[in-house]
Amino acid sequence: MFTILQEILEYQFLQNALWASVLVSVAAGIVGSYITSRRMVFLSGGITHASFGGIGIAYYFGINPVMGALVFAILSAFGIEALANRKTVREDSAIGILWAFGMAIGIIFVFLTPGYAPNLMNFLFGSILTVTQSDLLMLLALDVILIALFWLFFNPILFISFDPEFAQTQKVPVKVVQYILTALMAAAIVLSIRVVGIILLISLFSIPPATANFFTKTFKGMILWSIAISLIGTFVGLLASYRVNIPSGAAIIVVFVVMFALAKLVSYTTMRVRIRTENNKLHQA
Amino acid sequence: MNKILEVNNVSAGYGSEVVLKNVSIEVFENDFIGVIGPNGGGKTTFLKLLLGQLQPMQGAIHHFPLNEGETLFGYLPQTSNIDKKFPITVQDVVLSGLLSPKRFFGSHTKANKHKAAELMQMAGVLHLASKSIGELSGGQLQRTFLCRALIADPRLLVLDEPNTFVDNKFEKELYELLKELNKQMAIIMVSHDVGTITSYVKTIACVNRSLHYHKSNKISQQQLASYDCPLQIITHGKVPHTVLLDHKETLTPNPK
Repeated sequence: MFTILQEILEYQFLQNALWASVLVSVAAGIVGSYITSRRMVFLSGGITHASFGGIGIAYYFGINPVMGALVFAILSAFGIEALANRKTVREDSAIGILWAFGMAIGIIFVFLTPGYAPNLMNFLFGSILTVTQSDLLMLLALDVILIALFWLFFNPILFISFDPEFAQTQKVPVKVVQYILTALMAAAIVLSIRVVGIILLISLFSIPPATANFFTKTFKGMILWSIAISLIGTFVGLLASYRVNIPSGAAIIVVFVVMFALAKLVSYTTMRVRIRTENNKLHQA
Repeated sequence: MNKILEVNNVSAGYGSEVVLKNVSIEVFENDFIGVIGPNGGGKTTFLKLLLGQLQPMQGAIHHFPLNEGETLFGYLPQTSNIDKKFPITVQDVVLSGLLSPKRFFGSHTKANKHKAAELMQMAGVLHLASKSIGELSGGQLQRTFLCRALIADPRLLVLDEPNTFVDNKFEKELYELLKELNKQMAIIMVSHDVGTITSYVKTIACVNRSLHYHKSNKISQQQLASYDCPLQIITHGKVPHTVLLDHKETLTPNPK
């Protein structure tokens, strides 16, 4: 343990990785709770994969891949929303189309780019140890925006997410709020790609809220528990990945799933115990 | 009698499909309108139009001005459309009825929480205030949504099939409560249970592709047929057709 602390103090890249896990946990906790509550896990998966198209194009033209991914993620999110609203295409079909189309565009442009794309694996599978200071600054900015919005507008966000049709009858600008949150979701997804990678990202946003749901039944509780669970999962995963030299994204996801299983076990056991004591009381009475 | 809203020759639908054609109706304060019609006849589309969730393809809906601080709509949706796994408590659902563009910031005031508690007390769900909605029965969920619909003191209460999933006891309580509320607000209620609602509502709107407004709560099978509203009011053995009499609770077949 002591040597790890020493190494963290010594190596900049380890400090960056630690900060990245803290900042990503906050973003994923907030956005993931929103995604899970609104049952948009599949949608977020579609956005994640579609953003690969932006990465490919950015590679080809020599622009910052994160910017390319961000543009693609936001456009595909709005595209899915618009297609689904017009009801000519089913939402899950629209997601499926954009999911594959984005990946296809990405693969074609990466293939067309002369030479070898060395960081490509990092985008697909994540590499928390290569996080740069500019990545961290962007994540910090996102966290500040998310915390401010969810602090100031917690009730409207909760109520609109719960029953948008009712909110509409109260003359609340439902669509505006939903589009802003969708854009933030796309931003959170893209900025987290560096940590776990496109392929595993969906779990960063869905496993912690699902685990949190065993302990809390409120939206606020879900956000706070999700952040805590993400923090533990990313820390432990990061350490494991550094020590054993395995990809950080995969290590983090395995820790998440183990925590989910433990939480399920705990909630199942407490429920059994409660039922048994209640039965005993009934027998005694 | 003040007019609350007016629907003028409105047609509406989805995409290129027209569901409702040339619908007109005026709603005054203290109205109690029962909306009936066959499935797929456009009852839900009609409600969406009224509530502003769907824009008319043709014609216009006019809202008459409200007094300061008043809310136009209180809406009780069909609970089958609600995600019961959503992490939200009963108290928060009730308070969400106060959401409006003016009240967008900050947390709930003490006065609002007090009002929510009073309503939950009335509806018999106060002891469930901190439970999440996933732990409620169908009837308890309906009561919770009724509190949400009422908390902002609406001028027009819109109920979409409030009698589905509720026990008989609550159904009777609900109708008695609506009669009481009708002194302060207009009510529009969609129901598939034609027989029961006609003894509580004041007027009947038959919705089947178009709208026929019947300005009485007594309606015969023949009238329904002439409105192009093929509904069975009530069946009693082999009696060929039945008419609702002017009774509150009991329904007797027409001795014809």
